[in-house]
Amino acid sequence: MHSVKRTGLIFFPAFDWAISPTHPEREERLLYTQDQVFEEGLLDFENILEYKPGLAGQDDINRVHICVPEASAICTESHLISAGGAITAADKVLRGDVDNAFALVRPPGHHAMRVVHGARGFCNINIEAVMVEYIRRHYGHRKIAIVDTDCHHGDGSQDIFWHDPDTLYISVHQDGRTLYPGTGFPNETGGPNARGYTLNIPLPPETSEEGFLFALDNLILPVLEDFKPDIIINSAGQDNHYSDPITNMNFTAQGYAILTDRLKPHIAVLEGGYSVETALPYINVGIILAMAGIDYSFVKEPDYNPAALRQDPEVTAYIERLVPALYDQWRQRGSLKASSDIGTFERRSRSIYYDTDNIHEEQIESVRICDDCGGVVTIDSMASTGNRIFAVIVPGRACAACRREGEALFAATKSGDVYRYVYLQDRDRDVFTRK
Amino acid sequence: MILGIDVGGTHTDAVLIEGRDVLEKIKVPTNSDDLGGSLLEVAEQLLGPVGSRYPDRVVFSTTISTNAIVQDAVSTVGMILANGPGIPPSRITTDKNARFVSGYVNHRGISVVPVDRREVEIIAEGFHKKGITAIGVAGKFSTRNQRLELDIEEIAGSRFSHVSLGHRMSGNLNFPRRVATTYLNAAVWDIYRKFIEVVNAFINRFGKRFPVYILKADGGTLEINRSADYPVQTILSGPAASVMGILSLADCVDDAVALDIGGTTTDIALFADGVPLLEPRGLTIGKYKTLIRGLRTQSIGIGGDSAVRFENGGFVIGPHRLGPAAAFGGPAPTPTDAMIVLGLTSPDDRRKAETALEPLAAQAGISLESAAQEIFDETCRHIARAVTAMIERVNAQPVYTIHELLEGKVLRPAVLHVVGGPAQPMAPRIAEYLNCRAEIPPHAEVANAVGAALARTTTELTVLADTEEKTLTIVEEGIRIPISAGFTREEAADICLDRLRERALSMGARTEDLELEITEDQSFNMVRGFYTAGRNIRIKAQVKPGLITGVERGDPSCTQ
Ligand SMILES: [Zn+2]
Ligand SMILES: [Zn+2]
Ligand SMILES: [Zn+2]
Repeated sequence: MHSVKRTGLIFFPAFDWAISPTHPEREERLLYTQDQVFEEGLLDFENILEYKPGLAGQDDINRVHICVPEASAICTESHLISAGGAITAADKVLRGDVDNAFALVRPPGHHAMRVVHGARGFCNINIEAVMVEYIRRHYGHRKIAIVDTDCHHGDGSQDIFWHDPDTLYISVHQDGRTLYPGTGFPNETGGPNARGYTLNIPLPPETSEEGFLFALDNLILPVLEDFKPDIIINSAGQDNHYSDPITNMNFTAQGYAILTDRLKPHIAVLEGGYSVETALPYINVGIILAMAGIDYSFVKEPDYNPAALRQDPEVTAYIERLVPALYDQWRQRGSLKASSDIGTFERRSRSIYYDTDNIHEEQIESVRICDDCGGVVTIDSMASTGNRIFAVIVPGRACAACRREGEALFAATKSGDVYRYVYLQDRDRDVFTRK
Repeated sequence: MILGIDVGGTHTDAVLIEGRDVLEKIKVPTNSDDLGGSLLEVAEQLLGPVGSRYPDRVVFSTTISTNAIVQDAVSTVGMILANGPGIPPSRITTDKNARFVSGYVNHRGISVVPVDRREVEIIAEGFHKKGITAIGVAGKFSTRNQRLELDIEEIAGSRFSHVSLGHRMSGNLNFPRRVATTYLNAAVWDIYRKFIEVVNAFINRFGKRFPVYILKADGGTLEINRSADYPVQTILSGPAASVMGILSLADCVDDAVALDIGGTTTDIALFADGVPLLEPRGLTIGKYKTLIRGLRTQSIGIGGDSAVRFENGGFVIGPHRLGPAAAFGGPAPTPTDAMIVLGLTSPDDRRKAETALEPLAAQAGISLESAAQEIFDETCRHIARAVTAMIERVNAQPVYTIHELLEGKVLRPAVLHVVGGPAQPMAPRIAEYLNCRAEIPPHAEVANAVGAALARTTTELTVLADTEEKTLTIVEEGIRIPISAGFTREEAADICLDRLRERALSMGARTEDLELEITEDQSFNMVRGFYTAGRNIRIKAQVKPGLITGVERGDPSCTQ
């Protein structure tokens, strides 16, 4: 039934780090997970190997983010370690030391967007995105799928990969009309050059195992089958649990384990999950066992009661309508692509709020519509901190036209009066410049 | 005057030490059919006829429990296990008399499901009818709340002559290891009890009591009668004796490597700032991963008598030993023969060593001397590589705080202490490969007995406080007491140290040897619904493994 896999575990609970003493992101968060993992003896299993996280470097951050004013001002050691933990997980898998790996690290990252003026949704830097670009840079894999199973829409990850047709970003989350950050609707499908490669699956509150697994089997897995990624990453948020204090879903430890077992991610990275005592210990044990191919059927919350968690028929009906519609949308993604306006720029203007640091940002992002690459992107960003910056992002595998445009725009924009800094992030050549 | 005896697999070493001086030392072959007998015979030889000498203390290191386990000559044990949710029962190593029962305590020590009295009674009755006399009881998270194990003991215990309880074995988490440790403890209890009777009878002949200690795997000692209920602590004390021996014979205060090079294997141990490193999760014996606190040692299959062959363009040393060195009449060339050819060690029969090496030299197409040099170098390199890998593993050990990750201790040994037969010729070369200084302690041939003689009594204790639940748990003693909501980390630490001191004294420690240290010190705000509901405090303290006071490091000298 289960095939045993060598699973790497990068466990870094950061017992000396908190956003504030009573914040959900506090020292206690992974305490009981540690207890459960130790007590179950998981680290004694011959196919479960624990590794110490490495530290991400500034270059790893700059490959993904435009940190204002610079990476060292945004990333504390804790962020470099959690991103480093994700990178260590990737290294262990891609070097073949293990078959898959779980970065059970904190703080999380999926609300951190491309431009970073501060922390939002408990996140400063996007640790999965940092890992994805590290993988591309060091191992050359192109097609990567991120399946974000955190209860909150991963608006940061969506933003970073919005224009990237090589990264399929699928987020399943509690409907944005009922939960932070209020985004992640089906019509958010990606930029003009990557239409369809962002796939949002907003589920109604009180969705249970049944609804999650229905979406998995009938949408996520078939889409992955079509996309054929080189690597599957799971942003393994655990706040869909029925006991989570800040969300309203009814998912379970068994559900997470089954999902992991079917999804078979190469790398899982912890995101949110704040029911630290009654959910996380069991979910994490379930995920680790599922990844390692060990029987997880005995993993249950002590108060698990399937009858109380039975899904409302209305919820079921809603999901059963939503899922096939989204699959159709995915199948028709080719027709969504705007091919008539090649060479022109498409703009979007957004207001971004950094809830953790109380910063407002106004952003105008432009992308060159291109048939040959993800398109050069420019961002004009002004924050309530007083910082206004301009950034040019040359995509990976950039075409000659997009590269020319990008370099010209960077050369033509001066730092000083209007823009405090001007950045060039050349993902294709892995060069980062600020002036 | 202290009598130290180490009953090893092949030899039994014994020393008589007065203050700093090794008064007498002997080494005799071990009679594995009668380990207790071998031990007492040696004691008698050193102490002389009854009445001539009284030691102040006697310390034994014995393989009685280890051998019983390895040879599977142990009692049948009935295990009652409350496993709760988590890993499948099939992944827990037990023997056929294991029964899983309901009852569950969670990670915070909160009882979720109580014990089912009827269920336990039926199982206990079944074990009793089978003639089982010793049982083991282990529950998941029983170190967080011992109630469940104590309840099972209360229901089942009266039918049996011994009950081993999981939480008494160790305060550490790891249910599968707790099960294995509890099982082993119950399985050797009877054999060990008989050994203690023999020892007590022997001492009674002297007409005067003197304390007798047993060496544990962590390099500490335990008063023998106090060890009766925890025989599992005495397994694998051999490597501990050797490490403590090096600690006492060498002047070891820094990061250091200790090597015991034997005929078949070489044992590696590490010291951090002069304190031997412990195995982080517990010792492994055979198929059993346990919670037994023990020194971190690694045994590699290479030694003076390892068989040497030429393969794929290079010399391969070990891991097999086919017999003694060719120079001593053995069947195959060995590193010892190479050392004889190189003139590094005095030959018994140099000719035989040369004859054995010649075919290898011919295969390699080099001179006899070059072949000998290459074999010697490869032997030393092989050991050095294993040492380096072990140091790397220690340094790569995961840590869970940012502080430790960025500023934690990094082991960088500068000294290499070597004991064992080929120590003299090999130490300098291995040290060269490791880029450190070589030292060969005096009396290295009886290092184990000296180590046993001079080791201090050690123990550890875990104290947990949950101010929301308002309970304090003294784990290894099975005590739970109420506390106030305002209970602090400092109070917990004080209680832990006080109780540890009492515990160590009751186990036979001398007041002057009580070097206590807090090894784990954590306190977490427990927040529920954005308010602090209490604090979760976790303190662990130990008597540091080390030597009894009054013995200066590196000082024992020989008057013989
Ligand atoms: Zn999501
Ligand atoms: Zn979340
Ligand atoms: Zn282009």
